[in-house]
Amino acid sequence: MTLGKLLQSLLTLDRLRGHLLGDHLDLLESRPIEERAGPDTWETSMSFMKSIMGGAAALALTAGAALADPAIIFDLGGKFDKSFNEAAFSGAQRWAEETGGSFREIELQNEAQREQALRRFAEAGSNPIVMAGFAFASALGEVAGEYPDTSFVIIDMVVDAPNVRSVVFNEHEGSYLVGMMAAMASESDTVGFIGGMDIPLIRRFACGYAQGVKAVNADATVIANMTGTTPAAWNDPVKGSELTKAQISQGADVVFAAAGGTGVGVLQTAADEGILSVGVDSNQNYLHSGKVLTSMMKRVDNAVYNAFSDGPGLETGFNVMGLANGGVGYALDEHNEALVSAEMKAAVDEASMKIQAGEVAVHDYMSDESCPALNF
Amino acid sequence: MDFLTILQVLDASLRFATPLLLACLAGLFSERAGIFDIGLEGKMLAAAFLSAAVAAMTGSVWIGLLAGIGASVALSLIHGVASITFRGDQIISGVAINFLAAGLTVVVAQTWFGQGGRTPQLSGDGRFNPVDFPGAVPGRELADAGPLAQLYSELLSGHTILVYLALLIVPLTWYVLYRTRFGLRLRAVGENPAAVDTAGISVVGLRYAAVLICGVLCGIAGAYLATALQAGFVKEMTAGRGFIALAALIFAKWRPWYALYACLLFGFLQALALRPDLITSVSGIKVQVQLLDALPYILTVVILAGFVGKAIPPRAGGQPYVKER
Repeated sequence: MTLGKLLQSLLTLDRLRGHLLGDHLDLLESRPIEERAGPDTWETSMSFMKSIMGGAAALALTAGAALADPAIIFDLGGKFDKSFNEAAFSGAQRWAEETGGSFREIELQNEAQREQALRRFAEAGSNPIVMAGFAFASALGEVAGEYPDTSFVIIDMVVDAPNVRSVVFNEHEGSYLVGMMAAMASESDTVGFIGGMDIPLIRRFACGYAQGVKAVNADATVIANMTGTTPAAWNDPVKGSELTKAQISQGADVVFAAAGGTGVGVLQTAADEGILSVGVDSNQNYLHSGKVLTSMMKRVDNAVYNAFSDGPGLETGFNVMGLANGGVGYALDEHNEALVSAEMKAAVDEASMKIQAGEVAVHDYMSDESCPALNF
Repeated sequence: MDFLTILQVLDASLRFATPLLLACLAGLFSERAGIFDIGLEGKMLAAAFLSAAVAAMTGSVWIGLLAGIGASVALSLIHGVASITFRGDQIISGVAINFLAAGLTVVVAQTWFGQGGRTPQLSGDGRFNPVDFPGAVPGRELADAGPLAQLYSELLSGHTILVYLALLIVPLTWYVLYRTRFGLRLRAVGENPAAVDTAGISVVGLRYAAVLICGVLCGIAGAYLATALQAGFVKEMTAGRGFIALAALIFAKWRPWYALYACLLFGFLQALALRPDLITSVSGIKVQVQLLDALPYILTVVILAGFVGKAIPPRAGGQPYVKER
């Protein structure tokens, strides 16, 4: 077969897929997407309502209730990525459990759906609408002005509009702490970093990590690799495994994966080869109990929970989640307590206090696109 | 750069090359019989999912492998029915299979396991473990061993059984295609199906046989990804390997031994992309990793453009066979 023909058909089909999924979204949106009600109260009140007033009244009631429901849009990684999106989902779920409220949600399948999903939720009256992911910035920039009465929350990116809350995390601070732990746990004085897609956000993780490592041991070597430059880099565990093996052969004995689904392969290989790994975003210590040193926690769940709790008309503007307000941190639980010594914990907690007090400044890669501790 | 480092890179090359090789040979059988197949990617993906899912449920990787092959063969049959029986466009059918697999695997995985389109992690007998040859030196002591021992222990030993199987399939493919009556007919049906038909041999039957063999090989490739290289399925985990295998097939000009070399070369390029530090230390130039990732495609375009010999596809490829009435 000729390559030209192949490329041509691929292009056509990719366009086709966009259309198909777009239409599909319309269908999905015409009914509430997986309405999540609080436990039992919803069901019982429903049957009670039905028995008294009949189906029509109940229907009107649910329609009314759905109006001010908050909504959340997950990014392409999918809401069970055991990482970023899953953290967002657990925050939304915690809100639903505690308040008995319900929320609407959708998992994106395709780049073309971003703006469409936003509009649909805004049209349906969902408020506030939370977006998990930096990639929503341009779509939100378009849509936010058209729905001035709807509050939007975007995580990991800044969008300057009067009705948008931009939540950003100081990943470099959290990465700094796990970098310190990695350097202390390393016996070979060589540690690794494996990023997903090569974007400034991931370089910010790498840069903070490298600074933490150097703070403990200035002579330590940090090997940094990125999986790729396309979104496929978030879901290539095979390459993640091979990168881990390549770093091991260069002497690394702790690897930090900030790579979404690719990280599954990194953690797996690290466990198979008997070295330590560091998880990211959610607490991933349980994935390989006793073999994951810690996880760099990014409390996306708190950001979503806060947004849902604040409700419509929430305070907009710039919202930085750092060490000081529990936005980032490291994970310590029964799966890794044997790996983290008291000395390690004391050192990391001290550094955390110093960062919060402003005595130690962690360089942010995204502030000037350069890193003093690591050469990309 | 020492000898052991070279061996480690070659070792990684072999691991990268194995799924490419299996998929490439799968495509070889299919395309030599005149059925273009760009659904290699989808078949691998479906096989990766079902092999991991069944291995997780039964605890046996061999049953998982069979299930993976089953999934791939089922998709092959769809391709066969669409493009052989109903004489549809082979490219469209292949792309449809890719989308079907990409969507179905995640949806079914979510329904069965509720882990966001993944399968549970496999352990023990649920995955293919490395085969250590007798007398192989374990990894930790390897640095002190002699070069021959290093070669033996690092490069030859320690792969999963599917790697050795894939390497054995190359001579087998060559033998079947060039030394058996079935192979002769299979090649003929891709060049001039009318002649085969005139000789009283079923074109449809031969093409179905080729498509089925393609399904089996893709099934092994997918199972290798999910149960040997990894310990479970992750959505879209084939990450374009089916397309690189197609590029390798063109690069190899539809011949089995060359397919092996092409896949090893592409595997080597991918492995090299993991170690940019090596290239810098050897050549003194900082090479962009992206360039290495793109090289398989660039090389294929060079071959297609006719700079290095000419790549001539099977003449009847892509055309449904219509018996004269």
